[in-house]
Amino acid sequence: MLDKVFSPEKVNEALIVLQNEFPLALWETVYVTILATAFAIVIGLPLGVLLATGDKNGILPLPKPVMSVLNVLINLLRSIPFLILMIMVIPLTRAIVGTTVGTVASIVPLVIAAFPFVARLAESSFREVNPDIIEAAQSMGASPLQIIVKVLIPESVPSLISNATIGITTILGYSAMSGIIGGGGLGKIAINYGYYRYKTLIMIMAVILLIVIVQIFQSVGDRLAKKSDKRLC
Amino acid sequence: MIEIKNLSKTFPSADNTVEALKNVSITINDGDIYGIIGMSGAGKSTLVRCINMLERPTEGSVLVDGVDLGSLSDPELRKIRRNITMIFQSFNLLMQRTCLKNICFPLELAGVGKAEAKKRALELLEVVGLPDKANAYPAQLSGGQQQRIAIARALATDPKVLLCDEATSALDPKTTHSVLQLIREINQKLGITVIIITHQMSVVEEICNKVAILDHGVVVEKGPVSDVFSRPQSAAAKRLVFPDGIAETLPIQDGEAHIRLVFNGEGATNTPMIAQLAMDKHIAANILSANTKTIEGKSYGNMILGISGGPEKVKEAMEYFSSVGDVIVEEVTDHVR
Repeated sequence: MLDKVFSPEKVNEALIVLQNEFPLALWETVYVTILATAFAIVIGLPLGVLLATGDKNGILPLPKPVMSVLNVLINLLRSIPFLILMIMVIPLTRAIVGTTVGTVASIVPLVIAAFPFVARLAESSFREVNPDIIEAAQSMGASPLQIIVKVLIPESVPSLISNATIGITTILGYSAMSGIIGGGGLGKIAINYGYYRYKTLIMIMAVILLIVIVQIFQSVGDRLAKKSDKRLC
Repeated sequence: MIEIKNLSKTFPSADNTVEALKNVSITINDGDIYGIIGMSGAGKSTLVRCINMLERPTEGSVLVDGVDLGSLSDPELRKIRRNITMIFQSFNLLMQRTCLKNICFPLELAGVGKAEAKKRALELLEVVGLPDKANAYPAQLSGGQQQRIAIARALATDPKVLLCDEATSALDPKTTHSVLQLIREINQKLGITVIIITHQMSVVEEICNKVAILDHGVVVEKGPVSDVFSRPQSAAAKRLVFPDGIAETLPIQDGEAHIRLVFNGEGATNTPMIAQLAMDKHIAANILSANTKTIEGKSYGNMILGISGGPEKVKEAMEYFSSVGDVIVEEVTDHVR
């Protein structure tokens, strides 16, 4: 079987695809992932703040129905498999982007799938902040908003960076999946050549590249998280 | 002046409500170093949090210079809190900020300009004796140094009152002593009223001028430290002042009665009482326990004597001791444990 996959003509063919299609696909994957993560953070981070502070005894108590709706919405979105979510949001994608295929169009389902996840990750980061430090800030006359902006977020930066790394690698995985509905990138190559045309070698190369990107994101994230943490001196 | 009036705090829960504080009234004058002492669970931390309304009291009021804090809105309260600052057992510094930025933090909250805040923070680093730690992060400092930074932070907004919640409980004895010295200095130089919450008798002895003893949410005794310590009335106070009861540790002779002498001041320390008792009254006293402490520069001691020979001898001995100045004498019937 292996000599079939690695036969000279297959290798040759793979190298041609590698030269012609991989540079663009790589760029598309990275750009979609980063953009989708950025949007997901813009929406998810404030929601994470609300989730972590909106309890009855929290810093910024919100009406109970608001919290319930927020929680249900996030759980709901998180429980829909990404493959199905992609299809479900097609009308929305068309309304926002104007088209449902292509790299830009795939950002919409990615953001919708990722922001609830990011919100939960952010919530867990904020909950790690020592409540005694928050009490100290209250004792100095900090308002709820000041506590969020000057204590909660800065104190959880290392944890937020770690969780952003988890977020970006997960979104990278989703972006590969979006190849199925016409999203671009390495996922598209893997599915088109590997699944539809039985060109296993090309699929393997696409997967290896995805692994390399995950490794890079993870090690950069780890390094940034560690560097930002002033507790480890 | 801080007046705590008939303050009660209950924490409602599903099956039983916890009464953390019951009808507490304490008056703290400007310039006092007021100790509030009690065992774990006595309600000390709740009480101190009621003083700056981190916990709203269920009943009663807290008046600071005549202003009832309970009647203030949240924004007004936040402003008042700049005058009543607090330090904690676990220091609670912002771990991702340098020491300098930590001291600037309350000024930032109050809207003070950056340059001015920095200038003030640098001055305060001098006051607490850590001018070289401006750019260090809290994790790089020892516990004692972190508490000094926390004190500097608490002083940043020029408060009138400093609340210390078990501020030295996480520190070793030597560091405790130096932090207490700093607090005393602050009290004397800056005229800041200090309220110290602690379970350590030694802390109250070392720097407080007044003390309240809290037991199960109730103030069982309060007054000048020397009074409370030289003649504790309540069981809780006796437990704190004489931590080791003698009944369990010493064999009791048949027919031996025990009396406690408490002496405070020169009359007592200048008289060789035990020897006089033996020579004049021919009563041999058995010293069962004795100790002396220094409170506000004066010596206070207490001693438990075993007297044998029947009730008359005991009465005679007690009469003799009563005649010596500055001595309080009482028969010990229930050994406080």
